[in-house]
Amino acid sequence: MTFSSFQLYYGINKEGKAAEQAESLDPCDINGAHFNPDLFLNKLRRECSLAELMDQETCMVKQIRSLDSDMQTLVYENYNKFISATDTIRKMKNDFKKMEDEMDCLSANMSAITEFSARISGTLQDQHEQITKLSGVHTLLRKLQFLFELPARLNKCLELQAYAQAVRSHRRARCVLQQYSHLPSFKGIQDDCHAIMDKLAQELRQKFRDGGSSAKDLSECVELLLQLDEPAEELCDKFLSHAQSRLETDLQGLEAEIRPTIPSPTSNTDILEFIDRGCNEFVSSLCLVIASYQELFINHAQTGELLQAFVGDLAARYFSLVERRIQEEKGVGDNSLLVRALDRFHRRLQAVAKLLPGSPVPNQGTEIVIRAATERVKQYLSALQSFYMDSLTDVRQALATPRLSVVSASGAGGGALLGASILNQIKSVLASVHLFTAKDIAFSNKPYFKGEFCSQGVRESLVVSFIKFVCQSSRQFCESAGDKGGSTPPALLLLLSRLCLDYETSTISYILTLTDEQFLVQHHSPVTPVTTLCTEAREAAQKLLNHYVKVQGLIISQMLRKSVETRDWVNTIEPRNVRAVMKRVVEDTTSIDVQVGLLYEEGVRKAHSSDSSKRTFSVYSSSRQQARYAASYTPSAPMDTNLLSNIHKLFSERIDIFSSVEFNKVSVITGIIKISLKTFLECVRLRTFGRYGLQQIQVDCHYLQMYLWRFVSDENLVHFLLDEIVGSSAHRCLDPAPMEQSVIEVICERG
Amino acid sequence: MEDDAPVIYGLEFQARALTAQAAETDAIRFLVGTQSLKFDNQIHIIDFDDENNIINKNVLLHQAGEIWHIGASPADKAVLTTCYNKTSDSRVVSCAAVWRMPSDWETGSHESPDDSAHNPQTLELLCHLDDSAHINTACVLWEPMGDGKRVISLADNHALLWDLQESSTQATVSNTATLEGKGQLKFTSGKWSPHHNCSQLATANDTAIRGWDLRTMSQIYCIENAHGQLVRDLDFNPNRQYYLASCGDDCKVKFWDVRNVQEPVKTLEEHSHWWKTYFHFHINLPGNQHFSKSCFFKETFPLFYIVKFQSFPTAKLTCVLDIKHLILNFNT
Repeated sequence: MTFSSFQLYYGINKEGKAAEQAESLDPCDINGAHFNPDLFLNKLRRECSLAELMDQETCMVKQIRSLDSDMQTLVYENYNKFISATDTIRKMKNDFKKMEDEMDCLSANMSAITEFSARISGTLQDQHEQITKLSGVHTLLRKLQFLFELPARLNKCLELQAYAQAVRSHRRARCVLQQYSHLPSFKGIQDDCHAIMDKLAQELRQKFRDGGSSAKDLSECVELLLQLDEPAEELCDKFLSHAQSRLETDLQGLEAEIRPTIPSPTSNTDILEFIDRGCNEFVSSLCLVIASYQELFINHAQTGELLQAFVGDLAARYFSLVERRIQEEKGVGDNSLLVRALDRFHRRLQAVAKLLPGSPVPNQGTEIVIRAATERVKQYLSALQSFYMDSLTDVRQALATPRLSVVSASGAGGGALLGASILNQIKSVLASVHLFTAKDIAFSNKPYFKGEFCSQGVRESLVVSFIKFVCQSSRQFCESAGDKGGSTPPALLLLLSRLCLDYETSTISYILTLTDEQFLVQHHSPVTPVTTLCTEAREAAQKLLNHYVKVQGLIISQMLRKSVETRDWVNTIEPRNVRAVMKRVVEDTTSIDVQVGLLYEEGVRKAHSSDSSKRTFSVYSSSRQQARYAASYTPSAPMDTNLLSNIHKLFSERIDIFSSVEFNKVSVITGIIKISLKTFLECVRLRTFGRYGLQQIQVDCHYLQMYLWRFVSDENLVHFLLDEIVGSSAHRCLDPAPMEQSVIEVICERG
Repeated sequence: MEDDAPVIYGLEFQARALTAQAAETDAIRFLVGTQSLKFDNQIHIIDFDDENNIINKNVLLHQAGEIWHIGASPADKAVLTTCYNKTSDSRVVSCAAVWRMPSDWETGSHESPDDSAHNPQTLELLCHLDDSAHINTACVLWEPMGDGKRVISLADNHALLWDLQESSTQATVSNTATLEGKGQLKFTSGKWSPHHNCSQLATANDTAIRGWDLRTMSQIYCIENAHGQLVRDLDFNPNRQYYLASCGDDCKVKFWDVRNVQEPVKTLEEHSHWWKTYFHFHINLPGNQHFSKSCFFKETFPLFYIVKFQSFPTAKLTCVLDIKHLILNFNT
C-alpha cells in the first residue's frame, strides 16, 4: 500500500512536471512552479465577482484539507519502514560473528591433511623405483623374446607371402642384431635372419622378374626391395624394363588398331576412339609408372635421367603411332572429330608435363598437333582445289549442250552458280578450320595457334593458295589447251574470265577480310597483300579474255580461210548471192555477242555515222593503192628519206591485231572481228582472182560491212580492214573490173 | 658505224621472196623475187657494203611468172631456183624451175648502172622441176651445204627429191614422199635440216609441222596443232641439231625440241603485231663469218633480222623486205 501511494505521489509529481512544461510560465497556475500568490490573488480579485471568490475560497479550503490528510498518512507509513530495517541489520550482525569461527577451524584441518600426505609419499618412494626397474626388465625380455622368435616368424611370413610384414619385422630387429652381433647367441639369430631375408629377397626378385603382376604390386615389390637395401640403379632398370614391356603391349594394341585399316577402312574405329584408347591405356599407365617411379626412387639423383630417357623413348613410339593414325584421317568431311581427338591427346599429355616438368614430351605432342593441323589445312586446300576442278567439269558438261543459245544461257547461270558454290565451299572450310582455334580447345592457346597458324597456315597456305590456284589453273587453260584444237570450250574461258574479274573486284577482299575477322589474324610475318592477289586475278582474267578472243577469232578465221583457200577464184561465175560462209560468220558473231553480253557490260563505242551500213567500197579508193601503181618502173633509190617516213607511217598506222582487250563486250567483239578480218585479208593476198572472183569478194565484204559495224567500238576499223581486203583482191586480180555499187547493194539486201 | 640510217632499196613490184645467196662468200648478197600479175617479174640481186653502208643492185628478168619462193644454190652462186605462178587460159599454175644467171651480169651492171634497170638481162632456164603428176609447187629447198645437186620440191601433198644432172640442166625425181590424211592436204613451207648428214626434212601444212627421214622418205615426227593458225615458216637451229623454230598466223614464235614435240620449249608472243614471225638460218658473209640469222615477217613484209655475228656479238644487220622496198640496217 505504501509502495502504491509512493508511486501515486511520484506519478502526480511526474504529471505536474508535464503540466509545468506546458504552462510553466503561467504565474497564476496554482500547481505550477512559478506560482505567485500575490499575482494570483490580485487576478482573482480583479476578475471575479464576490460569489465567485466565495466559491473559490470554499474549494481551496477543501483542497487544503485533503492534502493535509494525505501528508499525514505518508509520514506514518515511512516511519514503520525505518523501524523494520533497523531490526534486520541488528540480526545480521550476530550471524556473521558465528561464521568467522567456523572458517578458522577449517584451515587448521587442512594443514593437518597436507602434513599427512607428505609423510605417505616419503614412504612409498622406494617401492616405486623398484617397480620401474622391473617393468624395464620386462620390456627387455619381451624384446629378446621377439628376437628369438624372429626367424620363426619370418619363416611364417614367408610361407604366407606376407612380405611387407616380414620386412617390417626384420627392419625393427636389424639394428639390434647388428649392435649385439658379437654375442654368439645373437649372431646365430642374425645369421638365421639373414638367410631368411635373402630367401625373401630372392622370392621378391623372382616375383618382380615375372612381371605378371599389376603396376601397383610391382611398385610394392620394388619398395620392399629398396627397404632391403637392394641396389637402386639395378632396380630402376628392372622396374623400367617391366614397365616398358607392359606399355609395349599397350602400344601393340594401338598398332593393331591401325593395321586392319588397309583391307577394310570402313570398319575402322574412328580417330577419337583411337586417341581415347591411347590415352586411357598408354598415357595413364605411363603416368602411373612415372608417379610410382618418382615416389620410389625419389632419393636417387641420377635416376631422373633414366626416367626421362625411358619416357622419351616410349613417347616417341606412341607419337609415331598417333601420327600414323592421324595421317590416315584423309576425309575432310567432319573436322570436329579430329579436333576433339587432338584436344584430348594434347590434354592428356599435360598430365605427363605435370609429373615430369622438364620433359620434352608435351612439346613433341604439341608439335604433332601442329603438324596435324598443317596437314589438315593442306588437305582442305586440295579438297578445295578438287572441288573447284569438279565444278569446272560440271560447268563444262553443262556447256557441252549442242545448241548455242542453251550454251549461253547456262553459261551465265553457271557462272553465277560457280562463283557462289565456290564461295560457300571456302566458307565451310574456314568454319571447319576454325575449330582448331576454338576457345574450348586446349591447344588453341598455344602461340602457334594464335599467330602462325592463323596467318601462315590458314590465310596463306589455305586461302591465298587457293586463290592463287584458281588464277593459275585459269591461266593454264590459256597455255596448254589453247593451240591443241581448243579442248576448252570458249564459253568456259569467258566464264572463268568473269569469275577472275569478280574475284579481283570483290571476292578476294571479301574472303580475306572474312578470314582475318574469323581468325583474328595478327600479321607477325609478312603476308600476301590483297592487292597482289587482285593483280594476279586481274591478269588471269585478262589473259582468259584475250585467249577467248583468240579462240573465237580462230574459229571464225578458220571458216574464212577454208572458204578462200578451197575456191577457184579465177574461174568463178558472176556473183548472185552472198556466200553462205559470210552469213555464218555474221550469225556466229551475233551469238558470240549474245554470249559475251550475258557476262560483260556493253562498253563504249564511237559514235556511228548515219550511213554506217551503207558505206561504199571503191576498189581503187585507197590512195596508197594508186601510189603503188604509179610507182611502177621508177629507178631504185637507195637513200630515199621520203620513202623512209612513209614506211614509218606505215608501221605506226598498224592495227594491233592480237592486242589485249578490255573487260567489256564491245572490246571483246572488236578483238574477234579484227582477227577474223585480218585472216581474211591474209588469205586473199595469197590468191589470184578473176573478174568475178573480185566481184564476189566485193559482195561479201559489203555484206560483212552491213552487219559487223554495229558490234565494234570503232566502225572505221571494220571499214579499213574490209577496204584492205577489197583493195588486195583487186591487186591480185587478173582482170580488175569491179561491180557496180548498186548491184552489190541489191544482192546483199536480197540476203 | 653506230646506228647508221637504214639503207632503203625500192622495188618496182611487190615482193614476197627473199633469200641470202648461200654460195657467195665474199659479199653480203640477197636475192629478191617480185610478184606482178601484169608485168614481167624480176630478180633483184642486192649487195650490201657494210663498210660504206651502201647498196649495189642488179636486176634480172624472170619472165615466167610471179615469184612466190626463191632459193639459192649452196654450191654455185649463179644458180637459183624459183617457184612461180604462171597464168594461162585463165588458169593459174604453180611451177618451179632451176635458173642460171647470165655470166656477165656483174660486169654489166658496173659499166652502165642506168641501163641495167631498163634493159635487164634474162635468166637462163636450166630445167623445170615439174613432172606432169605434181603441180602447184610451194617451195624448193636446196640441200644445205651440199654440192648443189640435190633439191627437194614441195608440191601439193608431195615432197619430191630431185637429182640435178648435166650441170643442173636435167632433173629427175629420185624419191617421193606423200602426205596422207583426210581432206586436201597441202604443204605450205619446209626446211631441209643441215644436221644428221642432211637426212632430215621438216615441212609445214596448215597448223601441223612434220619431220621426214629422206633415206626412207617416211615421217619421223609430227607436231599437230603446232600453231593456232597456219604455220607460215620454220627453220632449224644451225648450232643445235634438235631445235626447230616455227612461226604462225597466230603471231607466235615457237621453239621445239623434235625429240619431244608434246610442248614447245619456248613460246614468244611479245609483239602482238607480228603477224608472221621469224626463223633461224645462217648465211655466209665476207671473211667467212658465220651468221645466225632470224627472220621476222611483219604483215606481208618478210623481215630478215640478223641477230648477231659470232665475232661481233653486238653487231646486227637488219634486212626488211617491205611490199616494194628492201631496207637494210647495219648496226654494231
